[in-house]
Amino acid sequence: MAKKKADPMPAAQPSGDASAQRDDNREMLRSMLLQRRFEERTAEAYAIGKIGGFCHLYIGQEAVATGAIHALQQGDYVMTAYREHAHALQCGMDPGSIMAELYGKATGCSKGKGGSMHMFSAERNYLGGHGIVGGQIPLALGVAWKIKYRGEQRVMQVYMGEAAVNQGAFHESLNMAALWKLPLVLIVENNRFGMGTAWERASSLYDIAQKASAYAMPSAVADGMDPLDMYRVTKEAADRARSGEGPTLIEARTYRFVGHSMSDPVSGVYRTKEDVEREKLKDPIRIYADFLAKQGILSQEELEKMDAEVREISEKAAQFAEDSPDPEVGELYKDVYAQEDVNGRLYFDMRNR
Amino acid sequence: MAVITYREALNQALAEEMERDPDVFLMGEEVGVYNGAYKVSKGLLDRFGEMRVVDTPITELGFTGLGVGAAMTGLRPVIEFMTYNFSLLALDQVVHSAAKLLSMSGGQFKIPITFRGPTGAALQLAAQHSQALEAMYAHFPGMKIVVPGTPADAKGLLKAAIRDDDPVAVFEGEMLYNLKGEVPEDDDFVIPLGVAEVKREGRDVSIITHGKMVHVALQAAAQLEKDGVSAEVLDLRSLRPLDVDAILATVAKTNRVVLVEEGWAFGGITATVAALIQEEAFDHLDAPILRVTQADVPMPYAKGLEKAAKPSVELVVEKVNRVLYR
Ligand SMILES: Cc1ncc(C[n+]2csc(CCOP(=O)(O)OP(=O)(O)O)c2C)c(N)n1
Repeated sequence: MAKKKADPMPAAQPSGDASAQRDDNREMLRSMLLQRRFEERTAEAYAIGKIGGFCHLYIGQEAVATGAIHALQQGDYVMTAYREHAHALQCGMDPGSIMAELYGKATGCSKGKGGSMHMFSAERNYLGGHGIVGGQIPLALGVAWKIKYRGEQRVMQVYMGEAAVNQGAFHESLNMAALWKLPLVLIVENNRFGMGTAWERASSLYDIAQKASAYAMPSAVADGMDPLDMYRVTKEAADRARSGEGPTLIEARTYRFVGHSMSDPVSGVYRTKEDVEREKLKDPIRIYADFLAKQGILSQEELEKMDAEVREISEKAAQFAEDSPDPEVGELYKDVYAQEDVNGRLYFDMRNR
Repeated sequence: MAVITYREALNQALAEEMERDPDVFLMGEEVGVYNGAYKVSKGLLDRFGEMRVVDTPITELGFTGLGVGAAMTGLRPVIEFMTYNFSLLALDQVVHSAAKLLSMSGGQFKIPITFRGPTGAALQLAAQHSQALEAMYAHFPGMKIVVPGTPADAKGLLKAAIRDDDPVAVFEGEMLYNLKGEVPEDDDFVIPLGVAEVKREGRDVSIITHGKMVHVALQAAAQLEKDGVSAEVLDLRSLRPLDVDAILATVAKTNRVVLVEEGWAFGGITATVAALIQEEAFDHLDAPILRVTQADVPMPYAKGLEKAAKPSVELVVEKVNRVLYR
């Protein structure tokens, strides 16, 4: 068994000249707060049985998607795995449609057919949540291929957990992406655990960024507890992709403050309560808010007002979901094929005969 | 006999076989420190150590291939798929290597490997996490497939699978793990592969099924009894080898058949069994064979849609009434 490595994560210290982009900073903090409150509301709804299935929360990791997606431009694409509510919000999807999807309602972004793990918005170029570890990476490669094929100025941003990096799909995709210089930004959200398995027990090489070197691909390590660092590193990678120089692998070092899914306790078998409490001292939202206060960008009062606003948005989203209708049973056979079943021969279960 | 859960029965089977044969080891995601995603391997790491209860990275193709290679050269691996959904990533190693090596090598290399894990829909897990894939595995010659529906069958069939010299895939019902039942404590309690069991005797109609659907069939039979219909429930237990004699016997007895499976109809287990019955027992049939399967759609997330997509007791009752022309 691999020996446990020293704590790899520096305490978050927001970097960069924040005052230069006052609005961006406020916007990013607001996004992170919204993600946090939205998911806290999600957890409540799950606890009383309003939401079913697997439900993986992003609490603790907000800085990653926030900073990285903030670095994108209109027309760029985002795709991720199943821990995806924050990415969906950050891509500008309506919180009501996200919550309604969690509730399995007809008004949900996937019409109640996807649930927590499978949200999509073609309108927002949000290419979804995917449930098979590593399965989304080749798909993202395909999107990057399309961008190059059509000569577009877009970037494809794909997220994965660190555990996905061990899958063959990751390695095959990196090779082709680098070989063909595709406009792909790969972001590994290293929250240190794949379910109950610590990264040092799953990978022969601790340093994920180094894996890119096998494919002659540039890489970077970003502080996943700091939205500004995420923004800076992703922006660089996106610029490189846009100018035709190809893909970048970014390792974002972060931490999940909650269990793997709603059915997994916060601590216990694979990490202690103390571990989690210690990591929580690096809460990306609190640290960033303090930093902005010090810089005179956002006062305590304004922060409280912002918090009240995003709580209300989350509450409204839940209310919208609550008030929405369930999908009609007739929807069962809709959207399985793109073409309509003109002669009644597409479906094979003969239930309706 | 002790009354234990399906989960505990599988755990006992693993522990007993590992105790009995030092070549048996368990490998998969979260099987060790985490005690198994569904807790089937609880306590085994403490008992057998980390060379025999091995946590792997999330690399289905890699660790499955590793298992096949180890089996080729003398070990008896048990490979746990966290769920069979993820085994699709490993299918190349299962189909092209495990199932075919004995034949391709002219009988030189036996592959005594067991694949196991949960299958089927649970509660609102949506399209990528709710599938019954046993029909696909059963498609390949060289594979053996068992689908236990009760705790006793779970123990007896898993033990038989581990002792078998061929690749055996054991499909455990994701919703059955907490099911309780009587299970023999005998260390040598094995249920031979390829032996079906009549789970309920009946005269008027045969409901032939396997796995989790055995319980749907039994509920339907209980309901039908109130209407004066005596339904026999035959649990196939093994899909490969298939107990053809038991199938033909029940058809000869009741002359009417409803087939039930959790998976899709197209190319399904029920398709194979229906073909077999009409080829070998056509003269015994008093009505066309009807089937109950999952709706021909990827499993939706929403509760109501999911319910509508799954095979149900009501559908089974309806089909039984139809083969009885009622
Ligand atoms: C191919 C495959 N194998 C196993 C699983 C079960 N599973 C779901 S999430 C997970 C852990 C993944 O960890 P990581 O990629 O680090 O992402 P995180 O959950 O930390 O965001 C596992 C093993 C799966 N969904 N797909």
